Amino acid sequence: MSFASAMARLGGTCISVDSVEASSIAKGETLADTVRVVSGYTDAIVLRHPKEGAARLASEFATVPVINAGDGAGQHPSQTLLDLYTIRQSMDLDGIEVGILGDLRYGRTAHSLAYALSLYDVALHAIAPKGLEFPEGLVHELSGRGMEVRNHHDVRRVIRDLDVLYITRIQKERFPDLGSYYDVASSYRITPETLQGVKDRLILLHPLPRVDEIDPAVDRTPHARYFEQSRNGVPVRMALLSEVMG
Amino acid sequence: MTPGQNRTLLVSQIKDGTVIDHITAGEALNVLTILGIAGTTSENLSIATNVASRKEGRKDILKISGRELRKEEVDRIALIAPHATINIIRDYEVVEKKGVTVPPVIRGVVKCPNPGCISNAKEPIESAFEVLGKELRCCYCDWMITKDIASHII
Repeated sequence: MSFASAMARLGGTCISVDSVEASSIAKGETLADTVRVVSGYTDAIVLRHPKEGAARLASEFATVPVINAGDGAGQHPSQTLLDLYTIRQSMDLDGIEVGILGDLRYGRTAHSLAYALSLYDVALHAIAPKGLEFPEGLVHELSGRGMEVRNHHDVRRVIRDLDVLYITRIQKERFPDLGSYYDVASSYRITPETLQGVKDRLILLHPLPRVDEIDPAVDRTPHARYFEQSRNGVPVRMALLSEVMG
Repeated sequence: MTPGQNRTLLVSQIKDGTVIDHITAGEALNVLTILGIAGTTSENLSIATNVASRKEGRKDILKISGRELRKEEVDRIALIAPHATINIIRDYEVVEKKGVTVPPVIRGVVKCPNPGCISNAKEPIESAFEVLGKELRCCYCDWMITKDIASHII
């Protein structure tokens, strides 16, 4: 939706294909063919796709610029640009402690943000339930870039050290039953009590939508920045669209 | 070998074709897979495995009659046989000898282990991996293969 809003504000229009059923993919068309066809209708393609690497494949076949708007459990780079922008509104990106909390194994926003933060002097704390930690390959690559990832299973043990806490959704389908999901999800929920003793400048971010991972009472604290972060998606995506379309 | 024993070649010389020597011991069959040479293809093959070698201790050797492999073809084996040497044979003479070079990207050789990767979907592409030392990174989904590359060969 924020890409559509960004395009409209730039004076352009969008052709949206919101579901597989509404596209030729339902008839068995490959993504490669779809992007070749859509390239003839548009000036840029913004692609969200359930398979990892879909946007890279699309860029090989498209004749117009392709923007990755999320590929499976892979990456979500435009979200990361607005995440970085939101942090920059509050503090410098160097010399800070950032916690990323939630489903780090399958969370594409978490992956892209971690990669981006490795370009800065950031201490990264990964806070995730067992089994949902960052993929081994990503940790390996971050390490190769000189970034050490510190792992935690309890947010309360680390939250007082943080300048930024990036919260992501823990998905029910990752657990064998609802009972174990609720057990884990409740222990990762951010409430006003969790925030006791944190740094004044701590900001809380979330790519949204949230479900239960942040208590609505937290919205009234000065730490909550997720709605501002969401709003930032429009100007950042306007800039991105302008950039790729000249 | 004791004095007086005949020195004989384990497999006979070939008249024309390619000899790949100094293959990492035990990898000859994987090398054939990478080269696309199978029992159903027409090449005349000799395979020697775990042959004693002064340099490597043990090595494998492949002799392929009637086919001169191009360097680009053979470079694909560098991942699992980095010390292999390629000898082009014409009329029993070695006319060209070269090593293998690891290409920066290998295509169509290794399958991405990530089931969610687009390269495993029905798309008109070959798998592609960036070679990072002894590791591979999928050019589509960034999945890293850090060990046992041979088990991912297509």
